[in-house]
Amino acid sequence: MDSQVIANDPEETHAGHEHSPHLVHHYATMDQQVESASFGMWIFLLTEIMFFGGMFMAYLLYRNWYYDAFVAGSNLLSIQFGTAMTTILIVSSFTVAMGVFCSETRNRKGLVVALSLTLVLGISFLCMKGTEWHGIYVEHHVPGPNFSIETFVHPTDARDITMSPDSAQHTQIFFFLYFALTGIHALHMIIGCSVLIFLLYRAQQGAYTDGNPTMIHNFGLYWHFVDIVWIFLFPLLYLISRHPLK
Amino acid sequence: MSTPTLHKHHIIQPRLYLTILIALLVLTATTTGVAFLDLGVLNPIVALAIACIKATLVILFFMHLRYSSKLLKLTLCAGLFTFTVLILLTLTDYMSRAWGLW
Repeated sequence: MDSQVIANDPEETHAGHEHSPHLVHHYATMDQQVESASFGMWIFLLTEIMFFGGMFMAYLLYRNWYYDAFVAGSNLLSIQFGTAMTTILIVSSFTVAMGVFCSETRNRKGLVVALSLTLVLGISFLCMKGTEWHGIYVEHHVPGPNFSIETFVHPTDARDITMSPDSAQHTQIFFFLYFALTGIHALHMIIGCSVLIFLLYRAQQGAYTDGNPTMIHNFGLYWHFVDIVWIFLFPLLYLISRHPLK
Repeated sequence: MSTPTLHKHHIIQPRLYLTILIALLVLTATTTGVAFLDLGVLNPIVALAIACIKATLVILFFMHLRYSSKLLKLTLCAGLFTFTVLILLTLTDYMSRAWGLW
């Protein structure tokens, strides 16, 4: 009976104190509502840390076990390409942060521009990733029945070290982890870009700049998290094996 | 009973975002440059240290954690602590099984 009274007459129930139109009735204040949304998002991101963490752990372990194979595999990746992808992702994090600023300052046009730039950068990253994957596919370095150890056993470049066929087989583990890590990361990017398209559509209609930027906030947290994962993947996959220990 | 006081939402200005962006780009250039130098065992250490600094900058400023409540700070710390425990426990297992080979 009481709940009906509350539902039917919110004005009377909340009489006497100021009240944002975005406040859902089960929260006491707008601050509490915003805090709960951020808290929930951070908890989700912690589960994501654990999700990626397992693969990072596998990388750490196998790199120690099959060090030579990981060095050989890693040196086939292009540092320049990796740096370009890192730069794109960092700039996209900045544009999302600007989007958060625009939605907080109720700047609809700014928000649409920031989100559009982020989408373009996100798609550029995915295109570069696709190009890199294609290169690896053409070289027969996708783990599985078509995997070729030729590059490692008979290197064409004089600087490369010739590996035994047995040791060269272990480069499959490097490429398996490379595809698992970059693949799951790319999946997160694809999900992020899809959400971004939805947010752009809503932002154009004036959503998120009406005093309730929570969605943009939480999307920002997600996008920055995906950026952080790449910040760690970049040195692990591209950088740390250039000067192998003898 | 008084209502719990929460931090008023802090709006970060574009100038700070821009500073962080430049810092991140400089660190990316540094880590790429260092990869071409032969530092022996220090190569992975330097690269991962720079990655940690970059991640910290993103978390503190882009993700607003510096201006967030203690609850959110504690949440992230608890998560990272649990993550470290899981990695260390797994490593203890693998290292003690192949004793002397690590």
